[in-house]
Amino acid sequence: MTDEPLLVVHDLDVRFSVADGSVHAVRGLNLTVHRGEVAAIVGESGSGKSATMLAVLGLLDPNATVSGSACFDGTELLGAPNAVLRRHRGGRIGMIFQDPMTSLNPVLTIGRQIAEAVITHQSVTPSQAEAKAVELLETVALPDAANRVRAYPHELSGGMRQRVMIAMALANDPDILIADEPTTALDVTIQAQILSVLRDLQVARSLTIVLITHDLGVVAGLADSVHVMYAGTIVEAGPVVDMFHRANHPYTAGLLASIPRLDRPDVELVPIGGMPPSLRSDPDGCAFAPRCRYAVAACHVVTPPLRRVGALDVACAVLPFDRIAG
Amino acid sequence: MTAAASVLSPSVARRWRVPKELRRAPIILGALVAMAWLVVVITVSWWAPYGPLESVGKRLDAPSAKHWLGTDALSRDVFTRVLYGARQTLPISVAVIVSAVVIGSVLGSLAGYVGGWVDTAIMRFVDVTVAFPPIFLAMAIAAALGPGLRNAFFAMVIVWWPIYARLLRGQVLSIKHRDHIQAAVSIGAKPSRILRKHVLPLSFTPALINATLDLGQVVILTATLSFLGLGAKPPSPEWGAMITEGAKFFYQWWVAVAPGLAILTIGLAFNFLGDGLRDAFDVRGRR
Repeated sequence: MTDEPLLVVHDLDVRFSVADGSVHAVRGLNLTVHRGEVAAIVGESGSGKSATMLAVLGLLDPNATVSGSACFDGTELLGAPNAVLRRHRGGRIGMIFQDPMTSLNPVLTIGRQIAEAVITHQSVTPSQAEAKAVELLETVALPDAANRVRAYPHELSGGMRQRVMIAMALANDPDILIADEPTTALDVTIQAQILSVLRDLQVARSLTIVLITHDLGVVAGLADSVHVMYAGTIVEAGPVVDMFHRANHPYTAGLLASIPRLDRPDVELVPIGGMPPSLRSDPDGCAFAPRCRYAVAACHVVTPPLRRVGALDVACAVLPFDRIAG
Repeated sequence: MTAAASVLSPSVARRWRVPKELRRAPIILGALVAMAWLVVVITVSWWAPYGPLESVGKRLDAPSAKHWLGTDALSRDVFTRVLYGARQTLPISVAVIVSAVVIGSVLGSLAGYVGGWVDTAIMRFVDVTVAFPPIFLAMAIAAALGPGLRNAFFAMVIVWWPIYARLLRGQVLSIKHRDHIQAAVSIGAKPSRILRKHVLPLSFTPALINATLDLGQVVILTATLSFLGLGAKPPSPEWGAMITEGAKFFYQWWVAVAPGLAILTIGLAFNFLGDGLRDAFDVRGRR
């Protein structure tokens, strides 16, 4: 185990060409994930969270143009040959998708699907692979795993299917698990169960997890570090505790202020006014400036770089001011 | 605990039985007729009253207890010949459909999954082929290759595979963007494996239904080619060829009507079967 970061994304750019022009989904994104860390990427829909991680794995549709660098444990993944990408996908990098209802093949038993993940990367006999599938299902605490291994996806509930997805992602003891909104499609009680499965696995295997979510509650419960994305770039990044208590960027502060709080019914919810910018044209200056109540004239002209303020990296030109939130 | 475990166990629900969706009158009727013809194909030589080329009694004899469907111009038993006709037409029709489905599925799914110039090349060829009415194209090809059942077979496969290529391409296009395909990519599966294990099994139902419907059509096309002298040649008891011979005898209607009825029953049987299957598999139309 070294201190070398496991995943370093540098200056990542993703563009989708669409019928009338192009959408600049990710704009010069930098991201560093250390070993054993749970890094959360948060942001609203369309902020480029998923596109970032899909780009790293080369899973974007052919209409996407990707540039920059994504270095995983010393191997450059962007532009890597397909064979290299396939070895990493499911081998050293496991991925969990948002919707467990549609992410499993309906005509194969879950055991077959997990076994397929094993066989793809390891030379084992089918019976060994099936034994491994049962073991994996037990790892993710699926009840009655020995029988359920022969079940089809439609026989399982959403929570069970998400456990199956996690088992598939873990099939080859990956170094890193990319969870793309793993709890969004689930009931709240099931969300808690899935999160506790992820937390247990993280502790037991000192797994590195990249957690993509828009749910700040999930972030608070699981993550070590948080990267807040807005309009395709990271606007603020740092340890989770500092983020929740000393958020600097007006967008982060706005996000935190718009979470309902059960313990403080007297605190009024403060929505962020306006809409996210269209990504069809690059905004001049800070992408958040049109919605920002602290914006000054310079904000509309100059794109602020990330700089260190306290324990956090913040991309905001008008900082520091005392406290924004509240 | 054991009781609870067996209730939860998924294997209990998986005992083999005919699904409810398939227990419908058209499906059962079609299946029974098709099965009866299959039995005839396999066993006819053991129990047919006469040989298919054997001269028996008077020529152009009307239907009677001795000759159920009369005799033809060469005093052969028409009933026997109709039964033996199934041996000519059915195997070749099935072979045409199987070949068309296999070729069409491979090329169509390749076109849909790979896309780009592969897609363009295959689909333009398909467009050109389906631009001709199938009977004319089959006639032209059969005529160019020379008469005979074997050449008729090739002609029909060439006419028929593009239909399946189109069908499969559409299916594959709609399925390859589903989440579980991306999930399969994300575990590192190879494209060929994804196509075989994850895309094709889900794309195949419409092809199967279409194949059942088309089987009746191919039976008719085989008979048509033979009727026009491009398929089986006269002494052999092929239905189309028999109708050609029988067409000369207006008052001895049985010679032409008997093989015509045989074609009718098979065509109807497969249409019923295919229609029923389509309804059974159509989730939207389910009541």
